[in-house]
Amino acid sequence: MVPLPFSLPFAALEVGQHLYWQLGGLKIHGQVFLSSWLVIGALLALVVAGTRKLERDPSGAQNLLEFLWEYLRDIAREYIGEKAYRDWLPFIGTLFLFIFVSNWGGALVPWKLIHLPSGELGAPTADINTTIALALLVSLAYFYAGLSRKGFRYFEYYVEPTPIMLPFKIVEDFTKPLSLSFRLFGNILADELVVAVLAFLVPLIVPLPVMFLGLFTSAIQALIFATLAAYYIGEAVHEEAH
Amino acid sequence: MTSWFLFAAATEGGLFDLDATLPLMAIQVVLLTFILNALFFRPIGRTVEEREGFLATSRADAKQKLAQAQRLEADLTSQLKEARQKAQSLVVDAEQEMDRLYRSALAAAQAEAYASREKARREIDRESKLALDQLVADADRLGDQIVKRLLAAT
Repeated sequence: MVPLPFSLPFAALEVGQHLYWQLGGLKIHGQVFLSSWLVIGALLALVVAGTRKLERDPSGAQNLLEFLWEYLRDIAREYIGEKAYRDWLPFIGTLFLFIFVSNWGGALVPWKLIHLPSGELGAPTADINTTIALALLVSLAYFYAGLSRKGFRYFEYYVEPTPIMLPFKIVEDFTKPLSLSFRLFGNILADELVVAVLAFLVPLIVPLPVMFLGLFTSAIQALIFATLAAYYIGEAVHEEAH
Repeated sequence: MTSWFLFAAATEGGLFDLDATLPLMAIQVVLLTFILNALFFRPIGRTVEEREGFLATSRADAKQKLAQAQRLEADLTSQLKEARQKAQSLVVDAEQEMDRLYRSALAAAQAEAYASREKARREIDRESKLALDQLVADADRLGDQIVKRLLAAT
């Protein structure tokens, strides 16, 4: 192996290593929480800056926030329906914003400049714990949405249009969170890995197209997650026209 | 650089290392949902919907005002037309009146001139007749005298 004349600062690649924090008897991944706090901080800073004084003629950050609000409202209204979307807009919107800012934060913030004793900072959504947490929240949300709107009539959904659907619908309840969490996790982790491997092999120029592709994927994944969450909730609150 | 894919091979770590991060992250996201609802979705939603309401009412208002303006315009146009017609007929009336006055004045003047001319002619006739009668009488008288003197002389 020919030794390089200078040591590359970005060359190390660590996957599956975590910065462990002890919390009582529980272990948690510190790097995920650190980066998620940064994401949440950025979101809150934007929101506070944009809503400090709301005007009828919007200016500055209020424009951006109104655009985001209308975008998210359209998603929620389209998939949940006119009647119930108002209750679920904050949830869908928070999912989208959190995942989107996490993904882009993972791709755009130069995390490597911050050294941790173990593991490395990155998108919170590149950790399976985060994506499973989000997917389980979606499962809870659609069960709650269905039960609170229709009561036990919600379970009619499992035998509609025919009781043959029952096993498939039950399996669906397990595959929905599984596919949601693994889709997001896989896409974001794969993107980070591809960029890291390319940067490890060719540090200049070459990773750039993949980085742009990664930004695109990140945005799409946030949209897909939020859209599917809205769709599942909409399916749960949907009233059959008898 | 050891292996890249430590699929939970080690006792600790790995890609699929599930632990208390999961529930804590879930709680964190739920909290974020409530915070964003209070700071973002509710105020922005209220602002946007208020503006939409404002726009709808101003639009309806403007439409109503436009209709009113159009009605007024049509009203005024018809009034203007009416006034023009009235003015036109007034002008025509005045012209006819003037013409009539002119004609009657002319006729009166002509009649008066005719009358005074007639009177003057009758006066002249009467005077000339008088003068003629006088002449005839004078001539008769002179003729008689001439006749008498001639008779006397002879």
